[in-house]
Amino acid sequence: MRRLSWFNVTSLTLGFAFLYLPMIVLIVYSFNASKLVTVWAGFSTKWYGELFRNEAFLDAAWVTIKVAVISSTFATVLGTMAAYVLVRGGRFLGRTLFSGMIYAPLVMPEVITGLSLLLLFIGIGLDRGVLTIVLAHTTFSMCYVSVVVSSRLVTFDRSLEEAALDLGASPWESFRLVTLPIIAPAVISGWLLAFTLSLDDLVIASFTAGPSATTLPIKIFSAVRLGVSPEINALSTIMILIVTVGVISASLVSKQSAVRAQKDARAAERTA
Amino acid sequence: MSQSVFAPWDDPNEKPLIRFQNVTKRFGEFVAIDDLTLDIYAQEFFALLGPSGCGKTTMMRMLAGFESVTEGKIELAGQDIGPVPPNERAVNMMFQSYALFPHLSVWENIAFGLKRDRKSKAEIEARVDEMLKLVRLEKFARRKPHQISGGQRQRVALARSLAKAPKLLLLDEPLGALDKKLRQDTQFELMDIQETTGTTFVIVTHDQEEAMTVASRVAVMDEGRIIQVATPAAIYEYPNSVYVADFIGDVNIIEAEARPSGEDEYSLNWIEGQAPIKATSQKTFSDGQKVHLAIRPEKIRISTEKPDDADNAMQGKVLDIAYLGNLSTYHVELPTGQIIKAQTANTRRIARRDITWEDPVWISWSATAGVLLEH
Repeated sequence: MRRLSWFNVTSLTLGFAFLYLPMIVLIVYSFNASKLVTVWAGFSTKWYGELFRNEAFLDAAWVTIKVAVISSTFATVLGTMAAYVLVRGGRFLGRTLFSGMIYAPLVMPEVITGLSLLLLFIGIGLDRGVLTIVLAHTTFSMCYVSVVVSSRLVTFDRSLEEAALDLGASPWESFRLVTLPIIAPAVISGWLLAFTLSLDDLVIASFTAGPSATTLPIKIFSAVRLGVSPEINALSTIMILIVTVGVISASLVSKQSAVRAQKDARAAERTA
Repeated sequence: MSQSVFAPWDDPNEKPLIRFQNVTKRFGEFVAIDDLTLDIYAQEFFALLGPSGCGKTTMMRMLAGFESVTEGKIELAGQDIGPVPPNERAVNMMFQSYALFPHLSVWENIAFGLKRDRKSKAEIEARVDEMLKLVRLEKFARRKPHQISGGQRQRVALARSLAKAPKLLLLDEPLGALDKKLRQDTQFELMDIQETTGTTFVIVTHDQEEAMTVASRVAVMDEGRIIQVATPAAIYEYPNSVYVADFIGDVNIIEAEARPSGEDEYSLNWIEGQAPIKATSQKTFSDGQKVHLAIRPEKIRISTEKPDDADNAMQGKVLDIAYLGNLSTYHVELPTGQIIKAQTANTRRIARRDITWEDPVWISWSATAGVLLEH
């Protein structure tokens, strides 16, 4: 191990403090016994108990999870399909246009995405609720899935699919039995990414949510406007936890499969 | 005895298994296969040989169904296979990279094709076990492809492509990834397997030694065309062009002017200051026609004394010796500057051999030793 110089230590500390100090403050104050957010009055978990008795928050949480699961699943299916065609489809008319367009939502301001979806839903007369949030989240997280999956497909050995066809598999069978199992880690991390994106989206959700369904970020945002309560701190802590778990497992899934492949390759060399 | 020789290509009544009829394949402007016609017969071990980019892999991929034919047609057992998708062809392929499914075990890899045919469980099990036995991998059935060695992977790929008992097996540089020793062993194994299964094999290779070892016939290709199709011996002894003579093995090419000097006999004027070379040829050449004499180094004798019975003999000095263990190749420089390669088998130990660098030597060969070629 190399020892870090004082300069490196300082910049590392500053960088991480900048990123994580606000969250640490929030987590610490979620265990505050006092009702006043800024005054520390001893350790307590009562706000967590309070939170779980709040019907409105629990409803919003349920909607959020439902939306996240459904939209990330749709986004994964559509994003994988798009990635497959763009990487495998060869040269077809408008390929460059498509591959550019699929990444556009990555750089599009969320306000614009939200507004345009709202106009679309009004235009076709769709009542705003869980369905519209799901559609909106699928739209914007699909391109993230497609980026993750296509980067895996680019390095995928095409002769594996040809071998499957050669052995009598139909194109669909060769995708289902050969391609999909091999790119599964990328598909799973794409799903987890879409899931966390949907979980913490406020802007697009506030455009597309209706009175019948509100997501947790919207609920928190509107509650905070009436004053920060320790209950919100507790809720936010739980959300940070969920998102962290999601992101870490997404990176673990892809890293682990790489490590395993390496270990197996080494084992094969030894026995050879 | 003669009827036991396998030579369906000489029998006019024999129907070919594969028939390329004026096949042309273009990739945009680039012509990969140029108006090619070729028959391959059942149970042949047919080699497509050529440098990279000569179109041999394209021919194989057209047979497998991964490339379409631009013009002409390919018949398999009398049926045009142009419109048949790869997964419905009775043709299997062994890929250069082996293309084993990394997430499936050796056993499941071999069973993959059988399962697609909706065969019964007992039938699949019996066939997979039979295949594992054929390639001697019974002990590795449960391993994943990355847990076995390169040579074992090659055998799994072979077993997988043979499992469905195809009419035709395509092998794309099947031994390219193996080291030399293993490659030689595997070549004989391939020949044994080809014989026991009776499957028609078409192999693509750029390794002429490999093609000569395994094949019943070899097609030498260049720039999308077939230059010569013949048995390995015929290709080696009677090449039809300088290209083939040069591609297969080592050869001396002497450019000369032909002068008929008797029945099938020619006297070749090749350079000022050297006696004309005597050579025989079945093919006729006109007086004064430009020809190339192709002569293999092992057909040239090297000696310290002037041989008295040789048709052609000339003096020179040893410029270089390539010692290969079993053989030595001598590069002999003539007074006129040409370098002729002569090869001898090292039947004696090295200390007993009397020719070394800078030694004056005689090289000699008979009139029938070489082949006269037009181009």
